[in-house]
Amino acid sequence: MRATIKKYEEGFFKMLMIASALIIMGVLIFIIGTIVYKGLPSLNWDMISKLPGGGFYLGKEGGVLNAIIGSLYIVAGSLMLSIFLSVPVVMYINFYLPKNSLFANITRFCFDILFGVPSIVYGAFGFALMIYLGIRASLLGGIITVAMLIMPIMMRSLDEVTRLLSRDLPDALLSLGATKYEMTKVILRQLMPGVITAVLLAVGRGIGDAATVLFTAGYTDNIPNALNQPAATLPLSIFFQLGSPVEEVQNRAYASAIILTVIILLLSFSARYFSSKFSKTKI
Amino acid sequence: MRANDIQIVNMQEILFTGFMPDNPVAGMPVPLSIRVEHLNVHIGNQHILKDINLTIPEKRITCIIGPSGCGKSTFLKTLNRMHDETREVKIKGSIFVHGEDIYGPKVNVIDTRKKMGLLAQRPCPLPMSIYDNVAYGPRIHGLKKRKALNQTVIQYLQYVGLWDEVRGRIRTPATRLSIGQQQRLCLARGLAIEPEYILGDEATSALDPISTKKIEELFVKLKEKYTIILVTHTLRQARRIADYIVFMYLGKIIEAAPTEEFFDNPKKQLTKDYLSGSFS
Repeated sequence: MRATIKKYEEGFFKMLMIASALIIMGVLIFIIGTIVYKGLPSLNWDMISKLPGGGFYLGKEGGVLNAIIGSLYIVAGSLMLSIFLSVPVVMYINFYLPKNSLFANITRFCFDILFGVPSIVYGAFGFALMIYLGIRASLLGGIITVAMLIMPIMMRSLDEVTRLLSRDLPDALLSLGATKYEMTKVILRQLMPGVITAVLLAVGRGIGDAATVLFTAGYTDNIPNALNQPAATLPLSIFFQLGSPVEEVQNRAYASAIILTVIILLLSFSARYFSSKFSKTKI
Repeated sequence: MRANDIQIVNMQEILFTGFMPDNPVAGMPVPLSIRVEHLNVHIGNQHILKDINLTIPEKRITCIIGPSGCGKSTFLKTLNRMHDETREVKIKGSIFVHGEDIYGPKVNVIDTRKKMGLLAQRPCPLPMSIYDNVAYGPRIHGLKKRKALNQTVIQYLQYVGLWDEVRGRIRTPATRLSIGQQQRLCLARGLAIEPEYILGDEATSALDPISTKKIEELFVKLKEKYTIILVTHTLRQARRIADYIVFMYLGKIIEAAPTEEFFDNPKKQLTKDYLSGSFS
Protein backbone atom coordinates (compact mmCIF):
# COMPACT_ATOMS: atom_id res chain seq x y z
CA MET A 1 0.00 0.00 0.00
CA ARG A 2 2.72 2.44 1.08
CA ALA A 3 4.78 1.52 -1.97
CA THR A 4 1.82 2.30 -4.26
CA ILE A 5 1.30 5.72 -2.63
CA LYS A 6 5.00 6.47 -3.08
CA LYS A 7 4.81 5.45 -6.72
CA TYR A 8 1.82 7.76 -7.41
CA GLU A 9 3.43 10.56 -5.43
CA GLU A 10 6.62 10.23 -7.49
CA GLY A 11 4.63 10.14 -10.75
CA PHE A 12 2.48 13.13 -9.76
CA PHE A 13 5.40 15.40 -8.91
CA LYS A 14 7.31 14.32 -11.98
CA MET A 15 4.33 15.26 -14.15
CA LEU A 16 4.03 18.57 -12.31
CA MET A 17 7.65 19.39 -13.09
CA ILE A 18 7.31 18.43 -16.74
CA ALA A 19 4.13 20.53 -17.00
CA SER A 20 5.91 23.55 -15.47
CA ALA A 21 8.81 23.19 -17.88
CA LEU A 22 6.41 22.94 -20.84
CA ILE A 23 4.43 26.00 -19.69
CA ILE A 24 7.63 28.06 -19.44
CA MET A 25 8.75 26.93 -22.90
CA GLY A 26 5.25 27.53 -24.26
CA VAL A 27 5.14 31.09 -22.92
CA LEU A 28 8.53 31.82 -24.47
CA ILE A 29 7.53 30.35 -27.81
CA PHE A 30 4.23 32.26 -27.68
CA ILE A 31 5.98 35.59 -27.01
CA ILE A 32 8.62 35.10 -29.69
CA GLY A 33 6.00 33.70 -32.08
CA THR A 34 3.75 36.73 -31.66
CA ILE A 35 6.61 39.18 -32.16
CA VAL A 36 7.89 37.34 -35.22
CA TYR A 37 4.41 36.85 -36.73
CA LYS A 38 3.49 40.50 -36.36
CA GLY A 39 6.88 42.07 -36.89
CA LEU A 40 8.60 39.99 -39.56
CA PRO A 41 6.60 41.39 -42.52
CA SER A 42 7.67 44.91 -41.50
CA LEU A 43 11.28 44.01 -40.82
CA ASN A 44 13.52 45.17 -43.62
CA TRP A 45 17.01 46.58 -44.08
CA ASP A 46 15.65 50.14 -43.90
CA MET A 47 14.38 49.48 -40.34
CA ILE A 48 17.90 48.68 -39.19
CA SER A 49 19.93 51.05 -41.31
CA LYS A 50 17.89 54.27 -41.48
CA LEU A 51 16.95 57.02 -39.12
CA PRO A 52 13.24 57.78 -38.82
CA GLY A 53 12.24 60.16 -41.61
CA GLY A 54 9.60 62.85 -41.33
CA GLY A 55 6.24 61.25 -40.59
CA PHE A 56 7.81 57.90 -39.68
CA TYR A 57 5.36 57.52 -36.80
CA LEU A 58 2.49 58.11 -39.20
CA GLY A 59 3.57 55.33 -41.55
CA LYS A 60 6.14 57.05 -43.75
CA GLU A 61 9.67 55.86 -44.53
CA GLY A 62 12.57 55.40 -42.15
CA GLY A 63 14.00 53.02 -39.55
CA VAL A 64 14.99 52.80 -35.93
CA LEU A 65 18.75 53.13 -36.24
CA ASN A 66 18.60 56.05 -33.79
CA ALA A 67 17.08 53.76 -31.14
CA ILE A 68 19.43 50.84 -31.87
CA ILE A 69 22.52 53.03 -31.53
CA GLY A 70 21.05 54.94 -28.57
CA SER A 71 20.27 51.71 -26.72
CA LEU A 72 23.74 50.31 -27.41
CA TYR A 73 25.37 53.56 -26.24
CA ILE A 74 23.34 53.61 -23.05
CA VAL A 75 23.85 49.96 -22.23
CA ALA A 76 27.59 50.11 -22.99
CA GLY A 77 28.05 53.24 -20.88
CA SER A 78 25.98 51.99 -17.97
CA LEU A 79 27.71 48.62 -18.14
CA MET A 80 31.15 50.20 -17.87
CA LEU A 81 29.99 52.37 -15.00
CA SER A 82 28.39 49.50 -13.12
CA ILE A 83 31.29 47.05 -13.67
CA PHE A 84 33.64 49.76 -12.44
CA LEU A 85 31.63 50.02 -9.21
CA SER A 86 30.24 46.49 -8.70
CA VAL A 87 33.41 44.44 -9.06
CA PRO A 88 35.36 46.30 -6.35
CA VAL A 89 32.37 46.17 -3.97
CA VAL A 90 31.95 42.41 -4.39
CA MET A 91 35.68 41.73 -4.14
CA TYR A 92 35.90 43.92 -1.05
CA ILE A 93 33.06 42.31 0.88
CA ASN A 94 34.19 38.80 -0.04
CA PHE A 95 37.95 38.94 0.23
CA TYR A 96 38.95 41.99 2.21
CA LEU A 97 36.41 41.82 5.01
CA PRO A 98 36.36 38.91 7.46
CA LYS A 99 33.69 36.26 7.08
CA ASN A 100 30.29 37.32 8.47
CA SER A 101 31.44 40.90 8.72
CA LEU A 102 28.65 43.27 9.72
CA PHE A 103 29.64 45.75 7.03
CA ALA A 104 29.52 43.03 4.35
CA ASN A 105 26.10 41.90 5.52
CA ILE A 106 24.77 45.46 5.54
CA THR A 107 26.13 45.96 2.01
CA ARG A 108 24.45 42.76 0.83
CA PHE A 109 21.21 43.84 2.47
CA CYS A 110 21.48 47.21 0.66
CA PHE A 111 21.87 45.69 -2.76
CA ASP A 112 19.11 43.21 -2.04
CA ILE A 113 16.81 46.17 -1.42
CA LEU A 114 18.09 48.03 -4.48
CA PHE A 115 17.51 44.84 -6.51
CA GLY A 116 13.81 45.00 -5.69
CA VAL A 117 13.31 48.70 -6.42
CA PRO A 118 11.06 49.13 -9.51
CA SER A 119 12.73 50.73 -12.51
CA ILE A 120 10.29 53.65 -12.61
CA VAL A 121 11.58 54.64 -9.15
CA TYR A 122 15.13 54.73 -10.55
CA GLY A 123 13.76 56.78 -13.45
CA ALA A 124 12.13 59.25 -11.08
CA PHE A 125 15.24 59.39 -8.89
CA GLY A 126 17.48 59.87 -11.92
CA PHE A 127 15.20 62.64 -13.12
CA ALA A 128 15.34 64.41 -9.74
CA LEU A 129 19.11 63.98 -9.67
CA MET A 130 19.44 65.47 -13.13
CA ILE A 131 17.36 68.48 -12.17
CA TYR A 132 19.55 68.92 -9.09
CA LEU A 133 22.73 68.68 -11.15
CA GLY A 134 21.32 70.80 -13.94
CA ILE A 135 21.60 68.10 -16.61
CA ARG A 136 18.86 67.84 -19.19
CA ALA A 137 17.51 64.59 -20.64
CA SER A 138 20.60 63.17 -22.28
CA LEU A 139 22.75 60.15 -23.00
CA LEU A 140 24.64 60.82 -19.76
CA GLY A 141 21.41 60.95 -17.75
CA GLY A 142 20.30 57.66 -19.31
CA ILE A 143 23.65 56.00 -18.66
CA ILE A 144 23.70 57.03 -14.99
CA THR A 145 20.11 55.94 -14.36
CA VAL A 146 20.41 52.60 -16.19
CA ALA A 147 23.67 52.00 -14.30
CA MET A 148 21.74 52.48 -11.04
CA LEU A 149 19.20 49.92 -12.25
CA ILE A 150 21.67 47.25 -13.34
CA MET A 151 24.26 47.67 -10.61
CA PRO A 152 22.33 45.73 -7.94
CA ILE A 153 21.65 42.94 -10.47
CA MET A 154 25.31 42.70 -11.31
CA MET A 155 26.49 42.92 -7.71
CA ARG A 156 24.04 40.30 -6.55
CA SER A 157 24.84 37.73 -9.22
CA LEU A 158 28.56 38.41 -8.92
CA ASP A 159 28.33 38.03 -5.15
CA GLU A 160 26.52 34.71 -5.56
CA VAL A 161 29.25 33.21 -7.78
CA THR A 162 31.99 34.66 -5.60
CA ARG A 163 30.55 33.08 -2.48
CA LEU A 164 30.45 29.72 -4.25
CA LEU A 165 34.18 29.87 -4.92
CA SER A 166 36.08 27.37 -2.82
CA ARG A 167 38.50 28.83 -0.25
CA ASP A 168 41.29 26.74 -1.79
CA LEU A 169 42.17 29.29 -4.46
CA PRO A 170 42.38 32.37 -2.21
CA ASP A 171 44.34 30.31 0.33
CA ALA A 172 46.73 29.04 -2.36
CA LEU A 173 47.36 32.59 -3.56
CA LEU A 174 47.81 34.08 -0.11
CA SER A 175 50.16 31.30 0.90
CA LEU A 176 52.34 32.22 -2.09
CA GLY A 177 52.73 35.64 -0.50
CA ALA A 178 50.26 37.40 -2.81
CA THR A 179 48.66 40.59 -1.57
CA LYS A 180 44.88 40.75 -1.49
CA TYR A 181 44.91 42.85 -4.66
CA GLU A 182 47.09 40.34 -6.52
CA MET A 183 44.85 37.57 -5.24
CA THR A 184 41.71 39.37 -6.44
CA LYS A 185 43.09 39.67 -9.97
CA VAL A 186 43.59 35.90 -10.25
CA ILE A 187 40.24 35.19 -8.63
CA LEU A 188 38.48 37.40 -11.17
CA ARG A 189 40.02 35.30 -13.91
CA GLN A 190 38.63 32.21 -12.26
CA LEU A 191 35.26 33.88 -11.86
CA MET A 192 35.13 35.12 -15.46
CA PRO A 193 32.20 32.89 -16.53
CA GLY A 194 30.26 34.16 -13.51
CA VAL A 195 31.20 37.76 -14.29
CA ILE A 196 29.96 37.30 -17.85
CA THR A 197 26.69 35.82 -16.62
CA ALA A 198 26.27 38.79 -14.29
CA VAL A 199 26.98 41.19 -17.15
CA LEU A 200 24.47 39.35 -19.37
CA LEU A 201 21.73 39.54 -16.79
CA ALA A 202 22.44 43.22 -16.33
CA VAL A 203 22.52 43.93 -20.08
CA GLY A 204 19.26 42.06 -20.62
CA ARG A 205 17.58 44.14 -17.98
CA GLY A 206 19.21 47.43 -18.94
CA ILE A 207 18.66 47.34 -22.67
CA GLY A 208 15.01 46.43 -22.40
CA ASP A 209 13.98 48.87 -19.71
CA ALA A 210 11.81 51.81 -20.74
CA ALA A 211 10.94 53.37 -17.40
CA THR A 212 14.47 54.40 -16.47
CA VAL A 213 15.19 56.13 -19.76
CA LEU A 214 11.76 57.74 -20.19
CA PHE A 215 12.62 60.90 -18.28
CA THR A 216 16.38 60.69 -18.27
CA ALA A 217 17.60 59.91 -21.79
CA GLY A 218 14.77 61.64 -23.62
CA TYR A 219 14.05 60.72 -27.22
CA THR A 220 15.37 61.96 -30.52
CA ASP A 221 15.29 60.99 -34.16
CA ASN A 222 19.03 61.52 -34.41
CA ILE A 223 22.06 59.60 -33.21
CA PRO A 224 23.63 61.42 -30.27
CA ASN A 225 27.23 62.46 -30.79
CA ALA A 226 27.85 63.86 -27.33
CA LEU A 227 26.99 62.81 -23.80
CA ASN A 228 24.79 65.85 -23.23
CA GLN A 229 22.53 65.13 -26.20
CA PRO A 230 19.29 63.20 -25.85
CA ALA A 231 19.31 59.57 -26.99
CA ALA A 232 16.56 57.36 -28.35
CA THR A 233 16.19 53.82 -27.04
CA LEU A 234 14.55 50.71 -28.47
CA PRO A 235 12.01 50.20 -25.65
CA LEU A 236 10.79 53.78 -26.03
CA SER A 237 10.80 53.44 -29.79
CA ILE A 238 8.57 50.38 -29.45
CA PHE A 239 6.36 52.29 -27.01
CA PHE A 240 5.92 55.27 -29.35
CA GLN A 241 5.29 53.10 -32.40
CA LEU A 242 2.73 50.97 -30.59
CA GLY A 243 0.97 54.18 -29.53
CA SER A 244 0.48 55.17 -33.16
CA PRO A 245 -3.02 54.74 -34.60
CA VAL A 246 -1.53 53.53 -37.91
CA GLU A 247 -1.44 49.72 -38.15
CA GLU A 248 1.72 49.69 -40.23
CA VAL A 249 3.56 51.63 -37.54
CA GLN A 250 2.24 49.26 -34.89
CA ASN A 251 3.68 46.35 -36.85
CA ARG A 252 6.98 48.16 -37.05
CA ALA A 253 6.94 48.20 -33.24
CA TYR A 254 6.97 44.40 -33.35
CA ALA A 255 9.80 44.52 -35.89
CA SER A 256 11.70 46.74 -33.44
CA ALA A 257 10.98 44.17 -30.73
CA ILE A 258 12.57 41.51 -32.96
CA ILE A 259 15.64 43.74 -33.33
CA LEU A 260 15.83 44.19 -29.55
CA THR A 261 15.49 40.43 -28.97
CA VAL A 262 18.14 39.64 -31.60
CA ILE A 263 20.55 42.14 -30.02
CA ILE A 264 20.07 40.48 -26.63
CA LEU A 265 20.52 37.02 -28.20
CA LEU A 266 23.67 38.10 -30.04
CA LEU A 267 25.13 39.59 -26.87
CA SER A 268 24.20 36.43 -25.02
CA PHE A 269 25.78 34.07 -27.56
CA SER A 270 28.97 36.10 -27.87
CA ALA A 271 29.26 36.34 -24.08
CA ARG A 272 28.76 32.58 -23.77
CA TYR A 273 31.43 32.01 -26.40
CA PHE A 274 33.96 34.17 -24.57
CA SER A 275 32.91 32.65 -21.28
CA SER A 276 33.63 29.13 -22.55
CA LYS A 277 36.99 30.32 -23.89
CA PHE A 278 37.89 31.66 -20.49
CA SER A 279 36.55 28.63 -18.66
CA LYS A 280 39.03 26.42 -20.50
CA THR A 281 41.60 27.73 -18.08
CA LYS A 282 39.18 27.37 -15.17
CA ILE A 283 39.64 24.82 -12.42
CA MET B 1 66.36 30.43 23.84
CA ARG B 2 67.58 32.13 20.65
CA ALA B 3 67.49 31.50 16.95
CA ASN B 4 69.21 28.42 15.61
CA ASP B 5 69.96 27.30 19.12
CA ILE B 6 71.45 23.88 19.31
CA GLN B 7 70.28 22.11 22.36
CA ILE B 8 69.97 18.70 23.78
CA VAL B 9 66.99 18.41 26.03
CA ASN B 10 66.37 15.83 28.69
CA MET B 11 63.94 13.23 27.34
CA GLN B 12 61.62 13.30 30.35
CA GLU B 13 61.37 17.04 30.16
CA ILE B 14 60.69 16.86 26.44
CA LEU B 15 57.80 14.50 26.85
CA PHE B 16 56.43 16.41 29.78
CA THR B 17 56.43 19.77 28.05
CA GLY B 18 55.82 18.49 24.58
CA PHE B 19 59.09 19.92 23.29
CA MET B 20 60.68 18.14 20.38
CA PRO B 21 63.91 16.29 21.13
CA ASP B 22 66.78 17.31 18.94
CA ASN B 23 68.27 14.01 18.09
CA PRO B 24 68.34 11.93 21.22
CA VAL B 25 68.85 8.67 19.36
CA ALA B 26 72.16 9.55 17.79
CA GLY B 27 73.04 12.08 20.43
CA MET B 28 73.83 14.53 17.64
CA PRO B 29 72.03 17.82 17.99
CA VAL B 30 70.07 19.20 15.06
CA PRO B 31 69.67 22.96 14.59
CA LEU B 32 66.25 24.06 15.72
CA SER B 33 64.19 25.88 13.19
CA ILE B 34 60.78 26.77 14.55
CA ARG B 35 59.97 27.17 18.21
CA VAL B 36 56.38 27.33 19.36
CA GLU B 37 55.74 28.64 22.85
CA HIS B 38 52.47 28.54 24.76
CA LEU B 39 50.41 28.68 21.62
CA ASN B 40 46.69 28.87 22.26
CA VAL B 41 44.14 29.18 19.49
CA HIS B 42 40.47 29.94 20.01
CA ILE B 43 37.95 29.78 17.19
CA GLY B 44 34.85 31.53 18.44
CA ASN B 45 34.16 30.04 21.85
CA GLN B 46 36.11 26.87 21.18
CA HIS B 47 39.58 26.38 22.54
CA ILE B 48 41.19 24.53 19.62
CA LEU B 49 44.91 24.52 20.44
CA LYS B 50 45.83 24.30 24.11
CA ASP B 51 49.18 25.53 25.26
CA ILE B 52 51.28 24.08 22.45
CA ASN B 53 55.03 24.00 23.08
CA LEU B 54 57.10 22.50 20.34
CA THR B 55 60.44 22.78 18.67
CA ILE B 56 60.72 21.76 15.06
CA PRO B 57 64.16 20.72 13.82
CA GLU B 58 65.69 22.12 10.69
CA LYS B 59 65.91 20.16 7.44
CA ARG B 60 63.95 17.25 8.77
CA ILE B 61 60.47 15.94 8.10
CA THR B 62 58.16 16.40 11.06
CA CYS B 63 54.80 14.70 10.76
CA ILE B 64 51.87 15.82 12.85
CA ILE B 65 49.39 13.03 13.40
CA GLY B 66 46.21 12.63 15.37
CA PRO B 67 42.51 11.93 14.97
CA SER B 68 40.20 14.28 13.03
CA GLY B 69 39.47 17.51 14.83
CA CYS B 70 42.55 17.35 17.06
CA GLY B 71 43.87 20.67 15.74
CA LYS B 72 46.57 19.50 13.30
CA SER B 73 45.50 21.69 10.40
CA THR B 74 44.74 24.61 12.71
CA PHE B 75 48.28 24.34 13.99
CA LEU B 76 49.73 24.25 10.48
CA LYS B 77 47.79 27.38 9.56
CA THR B 78 49.26 29.24 12.52
CA LEU B 79 52.70 28.73 10.98
CA ASN B 80 51.95 30.77 7.85
CA ARG B 81 49.46 33.09 9.52
CA MET B 82 46.58 31.96 7.37
CA HIS B 83 44.28 32.44 10.37
CA ASP B 84 44.70 36.17 9.90
CA GLU B 85 41.96 35.90 7.30
CA THR B 86 39.37 34.68 9.80
CA ARG B 87 38.11 37.11 12.37
CA GLU B 88 36.82 34.50 14.82
CA VAL B 89 40.30 33.06 15.33
CA LYS B 90 42.19 34.40 18.35
CA ILE B 91 45.84 33.43 18.74
CA LYS B 92 47.93 33.77 21.88
CA GLY B 93 51.52 32.70 22.33
CA SER B 94 54.58 32.89 20.13
CA ILE B 95 56.04 31.14 17.13
CA PHE B 96 59.72 31.89 16.64
CA VAL B 97 61.11 31.39 13.17
CA HIS B 98 64.85 31.97 13.22
CA GLY B 99 64.39 33.74 16.53
CA GLU B 100 61.75 36.18 15.30
CA ASP B 101 58.21 35.89 16.62
CA ILE B 102 56.03 35.73 13.51
CA TYR B 103 53.15 37.11 15.58
CA GLY B 104 55.26 40.08 16.63
CA PRO B 105 53.97 43.58 15.91
CA LYS B 106 56.53 44.46 13.24
CA VAL B 107 56.32 41.27 11.23
CA ASN B 108 55.34 41.49 7.57
CA VAL B 109 52.74 38.76 6.97
CA ILE B 110 53.63 38.45 3.29
CA ASP B 111 57.30 37.81 4.14
CA THR B 112 56.25 35.15 6.63
CA ARG B 113 54.03 33.43 4.08
CA LYS B 114 56.76 33.62 1.48
CA LYS B 115 58.98 31.61 3.81
CA MET B 116 56.37 28.87 4.14
CA GLY B 117 55.45 27.00 0.99
CA LEU B 118 52.06 25.41 1.47
CA LEU B 119 50.91 22.22 -0.19
CA ALA B 120 47.20 21.84 0.40
CA GLN B 121 45.06 18.72 0.64
CA ARG B 122 43.66 19.07 -2.86
CA PRO B 123 45.79 20.44 -5.67
CA CYS B 124 44.62 23.91 -6.56
CA PRO B 125 46.24 25.06 -9.81
CA LEU B 126 45.76 28.73 -10.62
CA PRO B 127 43.48 29.46 -13.59
CA MET B 128 46.39 29.88 -15.99
CA SER B 129 48.94 27.85 -17.92
CA ILE B 130 51.42 25.37 -16.44
CA TYR B 131 54.19 27.89 -17.08
CA ASP B 132 52.32 30.77 -15.48
CA ASN B 133 51.46 28.68 -12.44
CA VAL B 134 55.13 28.24 -11.59
CA ALA B 135 56.07 31.75 -12.72
CA TYR B 136 53.28 33.38 -10.72
CA GLY B 137 55.08 33.47 -7.36
CA PRO B 138 58.42 34.78 -8.69
CA ARG B 139 56.53 37.37 -10.77
CA ILE B 140 54.61 38.84 -7.85
CA HIS B 141 57.81 38.94 -5.85
CA GLY B 142 59.55 41.01 -8.49
CA LEU B 143 61.15 38.67 -11.03
CA LYS B 144 60.25 40.15 -14.40
CA LYS B 145 62.99 39.09 -16.82
CA ARG B 146 61.74 36.47 -19.23
CA LYS B 147 65.01 34.54 -19.32
CA ALA B 148 65.23 34.30 -15.55
CA LEU B 149 61.57 33.31 -15.33
CA ASN B 150 62.04 30.61 -17.96
CA GLN B 151 64.98 29.24 -16.03
CA THR B 152 63.06 29.26 -12.75
CA VAL B 153 60.07 27.49 -14.27
CA ILE B 154 62.19 24.78 -15.88
CA GLN B 155 64.31 24.33 -12.78
CA TYR B 156 61.38 23.74 -10.44
CA LEU B 157 59.43 21.62 -12.90
CA GLN B 158 62.54 19.47 -13.22
CA TYR B 159 62.92 19.41 -9.46
CA VAL B 160 59.47 17.90 -8.97
CA GLY B 161 59.95 15.55 -11.91
CA LEU B 162 57.29 17.15 -14.06
CA TRP B 163 59.39 18.76 -16.77
CA ASP B 164 59.68 15.70 -19.01
CA GLU B 165 55.94 15.09 -18.73
CA VAL B 166 54.88 18.62 -19.68
CA ARG B 167 57.70 20.14 -21.75
CA GLY B 168 55.69 20.11 -25.00
CA ARG B 169 52.57 21.68 -23.49
CA ILE B 170 53.85 24.14 -20.97
CA ARG B 171 51.48 26.86 -22.24
CA THR B 172 48.37 24.72 -21.85
CA PRO B 173 46.04 25.20 -18.88
CA ALA B 174 47.28 23.55 -15.70
CA THR B 175 43.87 22.00 -15.15
CA ARG B 176 44.52 19.57 -18.00
CA LEU B 177 47.11 17.75 -15.89
CA SER B 178 46.18 14.70 -13.85
CA ILE B 179 45.52 15.21 -10.14
CA GLY B 180 48.92 13.77 -9.21
CA GLN B 181 50.67 16.01 -11.75
CA GLN B 182 48.68 19.00 -10.48
CA GLN B 183 49.89 18.34 -6.95
CA ARG B 184 53.50 18.21 -8.12
CA LEU B 185 52.89 21.42 -10.07
CA CYS B 186 51.57 23.04 -6.88
CA LEU B 187 54.72 21.89 -5.13
CA ALA B 188 56.87 23.40 -7.91
CA ARG B 189 54.82 26.60 -7.66
CA GLY B 190 55.42 26.73 -3.92
CA LEU B 191 59.15 26.02 -4.29
CA ALA B 192 59.51 28.72 -6.95
CA ILE B 193 58.99 31.43 -4.32
CA GLU B 194 62.06 30.00 -2.58
CA PRO B 195 60.58 29.25 0.82
CA GLU B 196 62.54 27.88 3.75
CA TYR B 197 59.78 25.62 4.98
CA ILE B 198 57.29 23.33 3.32
CA LEU B 199 53.97 22.84 5.00
CA GLY B 200 51.86 19.94 3.79
CA ASP B 201 48.25 19.66 4.88
CA GLU B 202 47.37 16.04 4.11
CA ALA B 203 49.06 16.69 0.80
CA THR B 204 48.61 13.17 -0.54
CA SER B 205 45.14 12.34 0.73
CA ALA B 206 43.48 13.07 -2.64
CA LEU B 207 46.07 11.18 -4.67
CA ASP B 208 46.39 7.65 -6.04
CA PRO B 209 49.13 5.40 -4.59
CA ILE B 210 51.62 6.06 -7.43
CA SER B 211 51.25 9.85 -7.17
CA THR B 212 51.44 9.56 -3.39
CA LYS B 213 54.71 7.67 -3.71
CA LYS B 214 56.13 10.34 -6.01
CA ILE B 215 55.19 13.12 -3.61
CA GLU B 216 56.63 11.20 -0.66
CA GLU B 217 59.89 10.65 -2.55
CA LEU B 218 59.98 14.35 -3.28
CA PHE B 219 59.55 15.23 0.38
CA VAL B 220 62.46 12.98 1.30
CA LYS B 221 64.57 14.65 -1.39
CA LEU B 222 63.43 18.12 -0.36
CA LYS B 223 64.46 17.75 3.28
CA GLU B 224 68.07 18.26 2.21
CA LYS B 225 67.17 21.87 1.57
CA TYR B 226 63.96 22.55 3.45
CA THR B 227 62.36 22.02 6.82
CA ILE B 228 59.19 20.06 6.17
CA ILE B 229 56.13 19.93 8.39
CA LEU B 230 53.40 17.57 7.30
CA VAL B 231 49.97 16.91 8.65
CA THR B 232 48.91 13.39 7.82
CA HIS B 233 46.17 10.94 8.61
CA THR B 234 48.19 7.98 7.44
CA LEU B 235 50.34 6.39 10.10
CA ARG B 236 52.17 4.30 7.52
CA GLN B 237 53.09 7.41 5.60
CA ALA B 238 54.38 9.08 8.76
CA ARG B 239 56.46 6.00 9.51
CA ARG B 240 57.83 5.91 5.94
CA ILE B 241 58.99 9.48 5.61
CA ALA B 242 59.03 11.28 8.94
CA ASP B 243 62.08 11.95 11.07
CA TYR B 244 59.96 13.18 13.95
CA ILE B 245 56.37 12.58 14.93
CA VAL B 246 54.11 14.88 16.90
CA PHE B 247 50.93 13.25 18.15
CA MET B 248 48.05 15.58 18.92
CA TYR B 249 44.79 14.86 20.63
CA LEU B 250 41.99 17.30 21.50
CA GLY B 251 44.17 20.32 20.85
CA LYS B 252 47.14 19.17 22.92
CA ILE B 253 50.46 17.62 22.08
CA ILE B 254 50.41 14.22 23.71
CA GLU B 255 53.77 12.96 22.56
CA ALA B 256 56.60 14.12 20.35
CA ALA B 257 59.50 11.85 19.49
CA PRO B 258 61.77 10.60 16.72
CA THR B 259 59.86 8.30 14.39
CA GLU B 260 61.34 4.96 15.42
CA GLU B 261 61.04 5.70 19.07
CA PHE B 262 57.49 6.96 18.65
CA PHE B 263 56.28 3.84 16.89
CA ASP B 264 58.38 1.25 18.71
CA ASN B 265 58.35 2.62 22.18
CA PRO B 266 55.54 5.11 22.77
CA LYS B 267 55.54 6.57 26.24
CA LYS B 268 51.96 7.68 26.71
CA GLN B 269 48.95 5.39 26.99
CA LEU B 270 46.96 7.59 24.60
CA THR B 271 49.65 7.20 21.97
CA LYS B 272 49.65 3.43 22.42
CA ASP B 273 45.86 3.38 22.06
CA TYR B 274 46.00 5.52 18.93
CA LEU B 275 48.71 3.39 17.34
CA SER B 276 46.83 0.21 18.15
CA GLY B 277 43.75 1.63 16.44
CA SER B 278 41.59 1.88 19.58
CA PHE B 279 40.44 5.27 18.26
CA SER B 280 41.11 7.25 15.12
